[in-house]
Amino acid sequence: MIRFLGSRLLRAAVTIVMVVTFAFVVLRLSGDPAQIIMGADAPPEAVEAFRAAWGLDQPVWIQYFHYFGAILQGDLGRSMRDGRDAIVLVAERIPATLALTLPALAIKVGLGIPAGITAALHRNSFIDRAVMMLAVAGFTVPSFVLGLLLVLVFAVQLGWLPSGGQDSWRHAILPIITLGIGGAAVLARFTRSAMLEVLGQPYIRTASAKGVPWRAVVWGHALPNAAIPTVTIVGFMVGSLIAGAVVVESVFSWPGVGRLLVVAVANRDLAVVQCVLLLVAMTMVTSNLIVDLLYGLLDPRLRNQPRRAAGMA
Amino acid sequence: MNALVSLRNLRVSFDGQAALRGIDLDVAPGEAVGLVGESGCGKSVTWLAALGLLPAKARVTGSATLQGQELLGAAPAVLDRVRGGRIAMIFQDPASSLNPVIRIGRQVEEALRLHRGMQGAAARAEAKRLFDQVGIPDAARRLDAWPHELSGGQNQRVMIAIALAGRPELLVADEPTTALDVTIQAQILTLLQDLRRETGMALVLISHDLGVVADSCDRVCVMYAGRIVEQAPVARLFEAPTHPYTNGLLGALPPLDGPRRRLAAIPGSVPEPWAMPKGCAFAPRCAERSPACDIAVPGAVPLAPGHQAACIRATAMGLLKETVAA
Amino acid sequence: MTPMLEAKGLVRRYAMRRGLMGRSVEVRAVDGVSLSVERGRTLGLVGESGCGKSTTGRLVLGLEAPDAGSVSFQDKPMPAPGTAPWRALRSRMQMVFQDPLGALDRRLPILAQVQEPLDIHGIGEAKDRPARAIEALRAVGLRPDQAARYPHELSGGQRQRAVLARALATEPALLVCDEPISALDVSIQAQVMNLLVDQQERLGLGILFISHDLRAVRQVSHRVAVMYLGTIVEEGEPDAVLHDPAHPYAQALVSAIPHPGRSGQRIVLQGDPPNPADRPTGCAFHPRCPVATALCAREAPVLKPRRGDGRLVACHVAQGDVAPAVTQRAA
Repeated sequence: MIRFLGSRLLRAAVTIVMVVTFAFVVLRLSGDPAQIIMGADAPPEAVEAFRAAWGLDQPVWIQYFHYFGAILQGDLGRSMRDGRDAIVLVAERIPATLALTLPALAIKVGLGIPAGITAALHRNSFIDRAVMMLAVAGFTVPSFVLGLLLVLVFAVQLGWLPSGGQDSWRHAILPIITLGIGGAAVLARFTRSAMLEVLGQPYIRTASAKGVPWRAVVWGHALPNAAIPTVTIVGFMVGSLIAGAVVVESVFSWPGVGRLLVVAVANRDLAVVQCVLLLVAMTMVTSNLIVDLLYGLLDPRLRNQPRRAAGMA
Repeated sequence: MNALVSLRNLRVSFDGQAALRGIDLDVAPGEAVGLVGESGCGKSVTWLAALGLLPAKARVTGSATLQGQELLGAAPAVLDRVRGGRIAMIFQDPASSLNPVIRIGRQVEEALRLHRGMQGAAARAEAKRLFDQVGIPDAARRLDAWPHELSGGQNQRVMIAIALAGRPELLVADEPTTALDVTIQAQILTLLQDLRRETGMALVLISHDLGVVADSCDRVCVMYAGRIVEQAPVARLFEAPTHPYTNGLLGALPPLDGPRRRLAAIPGSVPEPWAMPKGCAFAPRCAERSPACDIAVPGAVPLAPGHQAACIRATAMGLLKETVAA
Repeated sequence: MTPMLEAKGLVRRYAMRRGLMGRSVEVRAVDGVSLSVERGRTLGLVGESGCGKSTTGRLVLGLEAPDAGSVSFQDKPMPAPGTAPWRALRSRMQMVFQDPLGALDRRLPILAQVQEPLDIHGIGEAKDRPARAIEALRAVGLRPDQAARYPHELSGGQRQRAVLARALATEPALLVCDEPISALDVSIQAQVMNLLVDQQERLGLGILFISHDLRAVRQVSHRVAVMYLGTIVEEGEPDAVLHDPAHPYAQALVSAIPHPGRSGQRIVLQGDPPNPADRPTGCAFHPRCPVATALCAREAPVLKPRRGDGRLVACHVAQGDVAPAVTQRAA
């Protein structure tokens, strides 16, 4: 177990380092932050001074080492815009994002999984076809289109809900639905196929053949097995709690982490972008780790080494 | 004969294609019946249909009664009491027939709870006793094992323990040893015979292997393309096989002694369900085919007590063999 | 005359990791196997799953290199896998597996698949090859109109015929068949066995016939070798081994063959087939052996001719080195 955790943690750390490095390189290659922040018509001396102040005049690899050394000491740098600590800026936005993504996750799981199970249990019936049609529609329509559609109908036409901003809980409803529906569709399709796969297994027939009522076959025998692949998708969704709302936050002008990222990228606010990416990578990696551990919990075949029954003689 | 289970004109079709084309079969209490045939002949479908275990798209007609009680179309609650409680079933691949995420002890206890109302410590003690009975070593500790930790032979023993949990009157064993090694096959067949002696339950042994059935059964039914083409007491079937298909199966089995001769292989292959001949389904492969074979499906001809064959030449051949024997 | 194929002291080890985080254990899949196949003759290799019979088949074909021991084919040592002489040898030695559908490419009609080895090895004129392929299909009983079909359009027996046609198209000297009939129905098994015997007569093939089915082995083989946990424990004429097996394991195997009207009791072996990763000391069979003695647990017997009839057997008891242990185990 220790070795297992150790190897997973090591892999997680490598992933994070790679993400951070990649972000660093791409951001440096994609334009001069000093020029962008100071404006195109700023005097050259001012730009130079800005560069010197932020260490941008040093060779890239030295900047990289400084940056990395700082991270290891817990210093994620300061925003080049307003000089505040990047981590504070990002942390301020997290609650707003979670206010969208957590309820959306509840919709995904609460709607998607039951819909998928129902569809699988009534395979080829009207219910199955209806669920699958909705699911296909749900995840082929991009979230910004869906978001705009919802705004058109519920904000512009009906005027029931506000179209953007963050003044009351009513502002959150449309973005939450936009986020939730796409995920629920993915999960419904996935759960359905996982469930169908399991229902075709010989052990389901065994359970029926020993007189287990169908309801109990589904709950006691099929679901625990179907849960194993489904956990992967849910884990991915948990991993994207922080970063999964970039588009929707932009559409609904919701002041969350996603919008912060978009603005920071546009401004080449290096420290903030890197801080967000680090946070995203860490949540992804953490949720992957949890999924791995859950696998072991759900599937005894993956748990340590098989204690194969020794000979009987 | 007071039958335990009676199948009458049992028919099954999938998407309009017939898989089972009229099965009539009685199983007496305590009797061991073998069902032999090649893949696709319907030997497994027969029992899955009788117990309502086929997928919803299967169309099942006819009748399957358990001591007079009709099973086809019976309420789910009725079927759930019969399955595992009065008729238990074990399958070909023991490794995938057990639920991989449930400890094997619990899978036995589940059957005990359903059919004998046992809970907690009592169920566990009984599960351990069943493990001992089917020859699982170190039973108490094995209760907590997972299926993947056991060998194929051990998993089949677990399946048998689950089947015994409901004290069934009939055990249907569907190719129980096909996935196992030869020496393990011998273990499982011996176990099934011992258990039948101990419990008095009836046994239906489904197999593609005439030898396996001959070893363990009183009576054999040979199936071909969804029908029983011949049935007889075991000894009689091997002494006086009458249907050309039975003869073909026996001739295709390499002998263990005597001079090695070329095998009498049955030419061709089983007809596809969508291209079933109008008359006898075996006629296209039959060396003794006559024009009359293609007119209608031959009925079962009684030849001797308990021996019948569905072949229009059966009467003549049966009489001929009798005369030669006498 | 030296045999066409001769393998001496073959050893093949694998490193097997146990579980997700276990240490790796060395598994000796094949542990000192010697065998020979002569022209026009068949050696049957019998054993249960995990006994190393399939690995032995791959070793004698040179598909895997042994960790120790040697294979020689037509008096020349087996070239290293992947080299040019090794590739040239492929047309002389062919293999047939259990699963014909898996062995065929489902996107190509069978004619193309039978013709392929001819193209690869440059056998005959390119324009004659389709005719040769059709001839090869005809030889295994497939009609020319079936040549254009795809594997899924054929029955199981026809597919195995197509596989055999492909293997025989290059007119090889050696054919290794690994459970060639196990996946087939009884009536089709007989067809394929007859076909193998016919083709052997026609081409003078040497065949290594690997199977768990003693009936089938007797039907097609001139000699039979019984394997247990990586070693050959008994070897001899099929009827000698089947009617009077010397090794206790061979005795159990023979008595486990189900057959109508059996005389005598079945010897039921205790325990599971052994795990190669967990090899017992001494004779590998001793934990399941009804007559094992203390010597058997200590010292591995070697395969040598038995006094009297010269049967090759690896067993202290069968060789008369030690008296059989008395056992209360009922069959």
